[in-house]
Amino acid sequence: MPELITADGALRQDDWVVVPRPEEGEALALPDDKPALVPADLWLENESTFANRADIGVWFDSHDEPEILAGKVNEVPLIAVNFPRFVDGRGYSIGRLLRERFGYEGDLRAIGDVLLDQLQFMKRCGFSTFVLRADKDASQAARYLDFFSQTYQAAWDTDLPLFRRRAS
Amino acid sequence: MYVYDEHDRKMAAERVEQFRDQTRRRLAGELAEEEYLPLRLQNGLYVQRHAPMLRICVPYGMLRSDQLRRLARITRDYDKRFAHFTTRQNLQLNWPELEQVPDILAELAEVEMHANQTSGNCIRNTTTDQFAGVQSDEIADPRPYCELIRQWSTFHPEFAFLPRKFKVAVNASEKTDRAAIQVHDIGLQLVRNDAGELGFRVHVGGGLGRTPMVGPVIREFLPELDLLTYLEAVLRVYNRYGRRDNKFKARIKILVKALTPEGFAEKVEAEWAHIKDSPTRLTPEAIEHIKGFFTEPAYEQLENATDLLASQRFENREFDQWLAHNVDTHKKPGYAIVTLTLKQTGTPPGDVSDEQLDQIADLADEYSFGEARVTHHQNVVLADVRQDRLFELWQSLKPKGFATANLHTLNDIICCPGGDYCNLANAKSIPVAEAIQRRFDDMDYLYDLGEIDLNISGCMNACGHHHVGNIGVLGVDKKGDEFYQISLGGSSHHDAQIGKILGPSFAREEVPDVISNIVNVYVEQRTSEESFLDTYRRIGIKPFKERVYA
Ligand code: SF4
Repeated sequence: MPELITADGALRQDDWVVVPRPEEGEALALPDDKPALVPADLWLENESTFANRADIGVWFDSHDEPEILAGKVNEVPLIAVNFPRFVDGRGYSIGRLLRERFGYEGDLRAIGDVLLDQLQFMKRCGFSTFVLRADKDASQAARYLDFFSQTYQAAWDTDLPLFRRRAS
Repeated sequence: MYVYDEHDRKMAAERVEQFRDQTRRRLAGELAEEEYLPLRLQNGLYVQRHAPMLRICVPYGMLRSDQLRRLARITRDYDKRFAHFTTRQNLQLNWPELEQVPDILAELAEVEMHANQTSGNCIRNTTTDQFAGVQSDEIADPRPYCELIRQWSTFHPEFAFLPRKFKVAVNASEKTDRAAIQVHDIGLQLVRNDAGELGFRVHVGGGLGRTPMVGPVIREFLPELDLLTYLEAVLRVYNRYGRRDNKFKARIKILVKALTPEGFAEKVEAEWAHIKDSPTRLTPEAIEHIKGFFTEPAYEQLENATDLLASQRFENREFDQWLAHNVDTHKKPGYAIVTLTLKQTGTPPGDVSDEQLDQIADLADEYSFGEARVTHHQNVVLADVRQDRLFELWQSLKPKGFATANLHTLNDIICCPGGDYCNLANAKSIPVAEAIQRRFDDMDYLYDLGEIDLNISGCMNACGHHHVGNIGVLGVDKKGDEFYQISLGGSSHHDAQIGKILGPSFAREEVPDVISNIVNVYVEQRTSEESFLDTYRRIGIKPFKERVYA
């Protein structure tokens, strides 16, 4: 079980399993005894069975549109966004949209090619937990989550951009 | 000029520490090269043909004399005593040691400089007109807006990993465009609407490279307070929908083309509607605060030195030519804008030695309130020179190699580093520039030819902006040999246009002859008032083709 990093850099374990997108014609392979993250569009397809279940969350891939879950984001217990490669920056926009546009209040998790040097950007875009790529040292995460003590822009972590804070 | 406050200083210092840590981890093997690569690029560090190359940011081209002196010192302490001004108003060091780059960045931070986002797939340095604030026909000083964009784009958490690099340019004059905004990912033209309110006309999707394009207008009027939220909307649409599967199709121009400018504009408007009134919306106070850094220097009340200059010109023909070519009109009576040319034949365009950097600093202190500006043509401007001191300045520029009066002539060549330095190059570009400058060494002939933009790039990446040169030269690879393709009719100004390819490419030795032939056609065909571009536009490419391939 990979270690989970929280927004303040603490480490904890949890049981959530990311269920990959099934091949054409195959069914979702849900784990028997663990909570599961399923592709967001498949959650919608199975909404009648999945809705409001505490053990079924969703994940978005970087090319997915978070818009499909608009109005329902708070009906899932956990949302994860996959960064297939760390240089694929689409997940940052997805994070902000889920938080700032669709009002998601639960845990937002970064999964995939998640590295130390990008943690603060992710956190600023609304991510609250992080699963570091397996070969990276999670014990160092706390430092990188808050490397910069000041920022110019408003984002999920800062209501006001620096120019408004300066003016006041 | 903008001066850092404690927040800017803090972030600059933390950025240096961050890169020091990243470099340490790279050297210790904790970071793989592919993980380190985008991090070092976003700190301006490339690995080039011979050595690393560090691209230092000069925000919208403005430099103070203490910064110039620090740059000179850095080239002495960490490099081979010279540096290169780029076509995006930045400065490159060609031989720094990787291990020392964090120290160089720390030295830069001490004088409020950095190399942030000068490379990599992120928002790059915002560029503008080198005459900002001193020309009489500008709508408003563009620099406060550039600084606001700089702050907004610096370490933007959402846009650090875009599909491709992203360049913004701002222009303020109605008549001229020295910032080439229509060949940028976003080009912002300051305008006033019918009600007299200040805002921007927004071009998106211009660019050079493999698919050169003039950026279409996607919004005729964007009120100034909406600048940042609108940029955020454009960037978000691009970040989400720009192509990531093919590096050559990843620039925003491809997305704009695929969606059509109207379709793209609709998507941006839809996104913008959600964030228009977010806290990122500028406030009049925020704009005023930044404008406070770009106030006028302590100009004296002067009259134009018309008589004095007239007699000096009469007595000295060389000074007369220099004045005609390298000096521009200032908005204040009694002052002038002086361009120091870095295009002496035999020196690669844009190259400066440590000594010259120190000299520019001294000249800036002595003649121009301690400030200098870098131009997109790879020259340096002293923007606030007293007219009655022009002669004295000129005399001091001459021995330093800054007074070559070839500004805007065929010899004021824009040229990328090319195969001598750059490992992406198909061909060398510097020797081609030099051969052309040697061919056209008769100044009177150059003046007679008038304004001709000649731009050279060593490969399709078009760092030398060859597509928008009136004459463009592009290095191509022909079965392992270096060849050069010529294009005609490009322009980067308000009438922006991509040049047309003349025909099959040439060997390096042939290039000066080809340029001579092209120029001869112009001389034979022009009417008295026509520039090269006018004649080309009237007679088309055919007569040039016939002569060159005869
Ligand atoms: S145009 Fe090509 S050769 Fe010239 S600097 Fe750019 S990448 Fe290098």
